[in-house]
Amino acid sequence: MLPLTLDHVEFSVNGRDIIRPITCEIQAGTRTMILGPNGAGKSVLMRLCHGLLQPTRGRVVWHKAVAAQRARDQAMVFQRPVMLRRSAIANVMYALKLAGMAPVECRLRAEDVLEAVGLASVAERPARVLSGGEQQRLALARAWALGPEVLFLDEPTANLDPNATRDIEQIIGAIHASGTKIIMSTHSLGQARRLGDEILFLSEGRLAERASVDLFFRQPQSPEAVSYLRGELP
Amino acid sequence: MNDLTQAMYAATRLIFSADALLVSIIALSLKVSFTAVLTAAIIGFPTGAFLAITRFPGRQMLIALLNALMGLPPVVVGLLIYLLLSRAGPLGEFGLLFTPTAMVIAQAVLITPIIAALSRQVIEDAWREYEEQLRSLGAGTLAAARTLLWDTRFALITVVLAGFGRAAAEVGAVMIVGGNIDGVTRVMTTAIALETSKGDLPLALGLGMVLVAIIIGVNLLAHGVKLTAQRFHG
Ligand SMILES: Nc1ncnc2c1ncn2[C@@H]1O[C@H](COP(=O)(O)OP(=O)(O)OP(=O)(O)O)[C@@H](O)[C@H]1O
Ligand SMILES: [Mg+2]
Repeated sequence: MLPLTLDHVEFSVNGRDIIRPITCEIQAGTRTMILGPNGAGKSVLMRLCHGLLQPTRGRVVWHKAVAAQRARDQAMVFQRPVMLRRSAIANVMYALKLAGMAPVECRLRAEDVLEAVGLASVAERPARVLSGGEQQRLALARAWALGPEVLFLDEPTANLDPNATRDIEQIIGAIHASGTKIIMSTHSLGQARRLGDEILFLSEGRLAERASVDLFFRQPQSPEAVSYLRGELP
Repeated sequence: MNDLTQAMYAATRLIFSADALLVSIIALSLKVSFTAVLTAAIIGFPTGAFLAITRFPGRQMLIALLNALMGLPPVVVGLLIYLLLSRAGPLGEFGLLFTPTAMVIAQAVLITPIIAALSRQVIEDAWREYEEQLRSLGAGTLAAARTLLWDTRFALITVVLAGFGRAAAEVGAVMIVGGNIDGVTRVMTTAIALETSKGDLPLALGLGMVLVAIIIGVNLLAHGVKLTAQRFHG
């Protein structure tokens, strides 16, 4: 279904522009990092791409899916993931069942992904009593289980300690290696460098700059990015 | 004062000797109110979930109406059901007037709005938290409703118990449609009303004590369910 094309996408609420016209094409294969200060519109942009919000003007175009061997085309892990009031494994199975997978298959697949994210030992625990880091891993597992072509991640390591952050980054690496396109936002420049191939830099709802990770950190072109990297908020 | 202590003493004896008349009245009360609350839940839960999740013109008015119906005066409900069920009424042919079934209908009509309105509130709060996650996973309205009903189950138990308390304590409606017939439609509240006016204070007081104990017990149970659920499910 990639590439994803944004065609003059705008989003405003009550006359306030949150996303100003953005036109770009997002390709398969690369890991796309969305950077930008608080309130720049990162979360809104991902919601627009994911289809949770409708653009006020412009279009979000996915190319036709080819031979979908996937439970779902796209998935999203939110800044604050919602855990259903049931066990960890049931949370994963819930997503699979909604996607139309047979119950027996659901359990096997759920066990596999929980194993892969290191949650096999807490699979039967109520999801809501898991720690923040465990919940974040569970949210990743739930999305990964669906085998999506595109996975949106909204600040997947906010509020996590360094060890938990490393775990999550490893899992994201594994998801990417399994052939899923990663589009994620982060406030950690180190993380963007470690995980990313390209940067989309947002500032006040505008796509201020788009560059490879290497180029972006070596030689940012836009004044907004320059001052952001210097740690000066405008 | 002496009358009162004597009556209290006699009432306590009735209770602890499991007086046959007293027990039969209590049993009928519980049966009627339990059936009514079950009926009200079967209608009220889906109504509440539907109102919480869907958006349509007139929804706010419907919710306001539902909230207003929570305060329906029992005697008026009793009168309406009486008119419906009386021999000349539209449902007269079923011969339900002055039967426990009529009392179940009256109580169900009385508490269905309560269960629908309270569960609407509970489910709408949960929906605010869950909406994006569920939509992202591809849940339609029906799937979302079922998920929310299950995930708010502990809060909904307290909703049901609130309905039960209201049904069990109500006197006006069951008096009118049940007729307070000895051994057939005499329940705790109607018996208390009758025995008090006849001057049989011990039986009235005994029933009153049991009724209060049941109401307190139900509320303690509701509280306990909430605490336990929070401890084990988050
Ligand atoms: N549904 C909405 N209605 C109105 N305003 C909104 C809505 N969603 C977001 N906004 C506003 O849009 C702006 C961008 O929000 P967004 O959540 O995308 O920022 P962000 O870049 O993700 O910031 P952060 O780094 O803090 O997560 C903010 O000013 C926010 O208040
Ligand atoms: Mg955000």
